[in-house]
Amino acid sequence: MSVANAARTPPEAWDAIVVQVLKENQVKLITYVPDKVLAPLIKRLHADDYFTVICPAREEEAVGIVTGAYMAGLRGIVLMQTSGFATLPNVLASLAVPCQIPLLMMISERGALGDFQLGQAIVCRTMRPVLATLGIEHYAITRTEDVEFIVDRMIKQAFATQAPAAIILSPLLTNTKKK
Amino acid sequence: MSANEMKSASRDTAKVMNRSDLTRRLVAKLNQEEAVIGGIGNTHFDLWASGQRPQNFYMLGSMGLAAPIAFGVAMAQPERQVFALEGDGSLLMQLGALGTIAAANQKNLAIIVFDNGVYQITGSQPTLTSYGTDLVAVAKGTGLAQSTWAADEAHFEQLVDRALKEDGPWFIATRTDDKPPAGVTERDAAKIRGRFMQGLGVTK
Repeated sequence: MSVANAARTPPEAWDAIVVQVLKENQVKLITYVPDKVLAPLIKRLHADDYFTVICPAREEEAVGIVTGAYMAGLRGIVLMQTSGFATLPNVLASLAVPCQIPLLMMISERGALGDFQLGQAIVCRTMRPVLATLGIEHYAITRTEDVEFIVDRMIKQAFATQAPAAIILSPLLTNTKKK
Repeated sequence: MSANEMKSASRDTAKVMNRSDLTRRLVAKLNQEEAVIGGIGNTHFDLWASGQRPQNFYMLGSMGLAAPIAFGVAMAQPERQVFALEGDGSLLMQLGALGTIAAANQKNLAIIVFDNGVYQITGSQPTLTSYGTDLVAVAKGTGLAQSTWAADEAHFEQLVDRALKEDGPWFIATRTDDKPPAGVTERDAAKIRGRFMQGLGVTK
């Protein structure tokens, strides 16, 4: 393949990169409450035998499951949308933070940048203040070229520092219609 | 064993027992480093008072999450039997978790519920079980086929024996009294987590 052809190869999708980084960090347990933006990632995870995928009834439950799994030696992550995160302050403040659980969260940011759902738009405003108040490391990914670095480093830092981490997927990354 | 299997009780006919006594009966049977997750409040206070096994986790907050935490432990270590201890008020907060565990058909997991019909620790306000919610019927409805009321202490012990020997998931419901817990857990969340992980043989 010539250099010119290689340059024209479309970049790997964000969701494919996330799958690869989760594997490289031995994050095998996936828990999620569905979200349209996360759907392509969820589909890839279900299709891959490396992962155990659980879809509980509520995000709180997912945090409990991933916490138990971590304490017993299995790494996991919780996938959710912004409104799902809004149900979590109690469990974060009374379990994940005081027990020093490296709880990985991946949150698709709904309600911002043109989202027409009023409920999403209002609840979205609570996410960063809650994360900041609880002292939880968080970072929003806006560009495909940053996905590997940010996801990999946030996972490694969560386990190294024994602390929860919230990886936020910005519409700038996930809204393909803008392109 | 067949006679025991036939034994059944309803919430109305089940003997009202004591949470601390039942917890001690459970713990006395654990000789394979089984994990026990004690739910918020009096449930984990009695677990603490039954002897601080390294394989015990005392859930200080996060009401309703003892079963999901136990489920996570059970998935991570399928060779280890795992018990979740919950109160009726706690379980009512997170009924969806029963469906999640039923769907996963987690074989090494047993949920034990102490149903005293009240939020005892906050002043004994009645829970929904006092108005007719039957937690065994709920558990069966979510798909947990092996769900039973314990008729009395001997039946409770038989059900625990079965959970230790045979594939779960198990759901064992008990009626309990209004006696205070037998002790109070030390409130050091990080220490509790660290000791539990050591007890499960997990190194960072």
